[in-house]
Amino acid sequence: MATIHVDGQRYDVDGADNLLDACLSLGLDVPYFCWHPAMGSVGACRQCAVKQYKDADDTQGKLVMSCMTPASDGTWISIDDDEAREFRASVIEWLMTNHPHDCPVCEEGGHCHLQDMTVMTGHDRRRYRFRKRTHRNQYLGPFIAHEMNRCITCYRCVRFYRDYAGGTDLGAFGANSNVYFGRHQDGVLESPFSGNLTEVCPTGVFTDQTHSERYTRKWDLQFSPSVCHQCAVGCNISPGERYGDIRRIENRYHGEVNRYFLCDRGRFGYGYVNRDDRPRLPEWRSERDEGRVTLEVDAALDRGADRLRSARRVIGIGSPRASLESNHQLRELVGEGNFSTGIVAAEQRCLSLMHELGRSCGLPTPTIRDVEDHDAVLVLGEDLIQSAARIGLAVRQAAYARRESLAAERSIPAWNDAAVRTLGQDDYHPVFIAYPTTTELDDVCAANWALAPDDIARLGFAVAHEIDADAPAVADLDEATRAAARDIAARLTAAKRPLVISGGSLGSEAILQAAGNVARALARRACHGSLLLVRREANSTGLAMMGGEPLEWALDELDSERADAVVILENDLHRRLPGPRVDRALDAAATVVVLDHQRTATWEHAHLGLPAAAFTEADGTLVSLEGRAQRFFQVFDPAYIRPETRIRESWRWLHALRADVLRHDVGDIALDAVTHDCARRYPELAGIIGAAPGADYRVRGLKLAREPHRYSGRTAMRAHIDVSEPRAPQDPDSPFTFSMEGYNGYDRPREEVAFAWAPGWNSPQAWNKFTDEVGGHLRAGDPGVRLLAPRPGDYRYATAIPEGFRPRDGEWQVVVLPRLFGGDETSSRAAPIIERAAPTALTLSADDAGRLGCADGALVEMSSDAGSLTVPVRLDPAFPAGMIGVPAGLDPSLVAGGRARLAVAAAARSAAGEAPPPRAGGADSHADRGDRS
Amino acid sequence: MLMNVLKGTVSQLRTIGMVFMHSFRKRETLNYPEESVYLPPRYRGRIVLTRDPDGEERCVACNLCAVACPVACISLQKSEREDGRWYPEFFRINFSRCIFCGMCEEACPTSAIQLTPDFELGEYRRQELVYEKQDLLIDGPGKDHDYHFYKVAGLAIAGKDKGKARNEAEPIDVKTLLP
Repeated sequence: MATIHVDGQRYDVDGADNLLDACLSLGLDVPYFCWHPAMGSVGACRQCAVKQYKDADDTQGKLVMSCMTPASDGTWISIDDDEAREFRASVIEWLMTNHPHDCPVCEEGGHCHLQDMTVMTGHDRRRYRFRKRTHRNQYLGPFIAHEMNRCITCYRCVRFYRDYAGGTDLGAFGANSNVYFGRHQDGVLESPFSGNLTEVCPTGVFTDQTHSERYTRKWDLQFSPSVCHQCAVGCNISPGERYGDIRRIENRYHGEVNRYFLCDRGRFGYGYVNRDDRPRLPEWRSERDEGRVTLEVDAALDRGADRLRSARRVIGIGSPRASLESNHQLRELVGEGNFSTGIVAAEQRCLSLMHELGRSCGLPTPTIRDVEDHDAVLVLGEDLIQSAARIGLAVRQAAYARRESLAAERSIPAWNDAAVRTLGQDDYHPVFIAYPTTTELDDVCAANWALAPDDIARLGFAVAHEIDADAPAVADLDEATRAAARDIAARLTAAKRPLVISGGSLGSEAILQAAGNVARALARRACHGSLLLVRREANSTGLAMMGGEPLEWALDELDSERADAVVILENDLHRRLPGPRVDRALDAAATVVVLDHQRTATWEHAHLGLPAAAFTEADGTLVSLEGRAQRFFQVFDPAYIRPETRIRESWRWLHALRADVLRHDVGDIALDAVTHDCARRYPELAGIIGAAPGADYRVRGLKLAREPHRYSGRTAMRAHIDVSEPRAPQDPDSPFTFSMEGYNGYDRPREEVAFAWAPGWNSPQAWNKFTDEVGGHLRAGDPGVRLLAPRPGDYRYATAIPEGFRPRDGEWQVVVLPRLFGGDETSSRAAPIIERAAPTALTLSADDAGRLGCADGALVEMSSDAGSLTVPVRLDPAFPAGMIGVPAGLDPSLVAGGRARLAVAAAARSAAGEAPPPRAGGADSHADRGDRS
Repeated sequence: MLMNVLKGTVSQLRTIGMVFMHSFRKRETLNYPEESVYLPPRYRGRIVLTRDPDGEERCVACNLCAVACPVACISLQKSEREDGRWYPEFFRINFSRCIFCGMCEEACPTSAIQLTPDFELGEYRRQELVYEKQDLLIDGPGKDHDYHFYKVAGLAIAGKDKGKARNEAEPIDVKTLLP
């Protein structure tokens, strides 16, 4: 603790901070540009100048940059001093000499840090009469728009992109007044975190291109606190809606999860919500060969209920991308014995195992922020950047944190970024990665191994044995692996906080068991370590806690006619199991009811299709991979702008359907009732009630506002439909209103913040007003509750150690490699993600390719029992021989663990390389999945 | 008492006399609509969208008029033309809500939205008072004859490259070695 005096007032602050950080944490407004809470200070922009005095009697004082001055005990400063004020106003004026006169046509206007700071310092008239320096822009891909003229050379972009996120293709060029931030030539930004540039850049140089086409100012967007549905990490987001479409996703600060940064899939993968072909009305056909008719809600429910009532047995297929509430309502509708999770058996086994390990391995699951505090990391069988990108970024920070410990030894404060980085150079905390191919974290890892899944598991088991001799030893281990294991074990045990990361991406239970053994071995040595297990989908963890039969079971029940009706919840079965297998089961069922927000291949089989709400139109609860139950709230009412739609939350549809089947009065139901019901039903999920405040939560007697108070156009946006405005939609499910009426301030702490705004702070920097200290936690506590905690006990080591992998002649082992862009079910239907996704290609080792006689990019026919597929190959020198890597989202007929045969495609031999490779992420058509034969 | 009656009677008669004398004064009442009303050019009446001196739409869909509007009766959506200009895909004013305060005109950075001396907005159906862009857009520059936003702003559009706006230097060549 330190005592500082600001403008005569006494404050107690954390002495390890710099003055800027301390002042902002105290709620004092000091303008700044180059400083960022996650990236420290470099003192480049000179904007945060304050007057510092020697002591209480000093009246002269001197100007210092508050970001570069420690908040040491007994500091006397003045922010309001005239000289300091004038200095700051001059700095802004200099920065603005080259600023183009284009705020009206700038996609940053309205949430621009430069605008805020200009207003804060009082600069309002241009005095500089000379010519402005100009720059040319670059094409940076489908996500980011570039407008270099707006740059104020604060260097935040490259500091984030290169120094924080490890990107290499964005840099600073030129010198003095000519400095240019961009790539060496036009091209797509490679980093999967490029979207953060839009928030990191204090002005409009880097803006959200997906938003630009139908741009809306921040004050005109309707927000709600939401949770990203694109992977299992559970990053907090604020989606913004205007005129019935989601326009952008902003980062929502969560002190323990995503903090300031999101990955590009989460930020730009929302487009599927806005698709024109989304079902918006119930669709019905009594027989499969009939055309569909659209129905009203009551008629649809009645017909659906009639069919379900007359069915002998109804199977329910849930979904790991739907909320707990929706899955629970489905389970209530069909009964416990008839509920399937909608997850394939192999994945579900992995999920159960991960759930079990989370409790029984003896090490706790870290939060994402906590990951950054570990000083040795072992990653077994996960490419974190592809499967859980935000965790990959956290692991990168864990590696970089070595610099801070080196700096601490020399009393260099951690915030002094340039000094810390110069001192640390390429010295990282040890990160070990074992994965079949190269990963984007390889540049910071101490060692990495490209191994087959079974060999990864063996490496893990060997590490466990090296840490604790009681752990089972691995038979026939080669010397290199043993040495590697010894090295890893030594570094893990030497670390203060070792972290083991694994997951279900490769679909290998052996890898998970190996990771569990390492964790147990560390736990036995009383290490203060952690175990993090990566799941695939937004609610995979929650569904594993809820339980249910795997998807194959459900299809078998239908196939064998033990059941004749099925209700499928927000799940495209065709992306999980081979098409013919799914088709056969669905054709056997007399009644197929599908609830979804996308027109999927499964939807096409429905007798009754009910238009479900996507995450932006629904409330619900998800459990993230760290076991955090988090509630997401509805952003907008789709029927307000499009009154003809009949979109409802899945749990609402299912509740009504159930009441209709039982011939009960449907009545109305609110989210809180369903959540309480769900929590009562599953003891493990009892905590989800506390994930967010209920619908009766009020601040000063007010509900919370979804819209900023400047929200415009209320009396005109709907006037073309009817000049008489209807009552604003009411929300019985949450404490939020669909209007600007309600509380939106920062002075009363609250967990659920729809959008961050404070007087004078329109940019995302306003989050500093909501946190207990800059970069800390939300003042009311971070949202969500953790449901997973390790249970103490004497747990045994797993002993089922697999044999080492041996390539077979003429047969290749299939591994599915997760992909950030195009690898998941929903975001791969968004246009920018489709554009960004790499062309689909199989990964093959160079040796195998030589044996097959195919070159890089050649078309290869891959066939297994379930079908065949012709796709180009990508040669990877690091990839182990005898395996074939299939990108996720390609075709479920070639699931992990299976084997396939390869042959150079006949078509390819004649027209080598002429046919364009099929695009990734089958969004619209089956043709996208490659040429199936 | 008698005094009061006398005073009252005189006052009444005086009033009647004054009213009678007004019949010989010049008439202030206009026979609207037969006679037209004079409105000063700055009168704040019906809102129009103007064009720049080149005949292109001035509105760049920046949304400032909408946010300035105290009754929130303006709503629009930004879109972008092939030449890089921003324009409103739709622009709607609900004149049944408009209070003709002129805040939109003051907020407009491009002189696009202007209030005109026309108050004749009577309709039998309120719905008719919802004006879309085609109802609002006029063919001239309105009160501001010269202003051309894109000639001032740094945003490049077709026909006006980087460095061609007012007071702009030629774009920097970042690959040159010269200082």
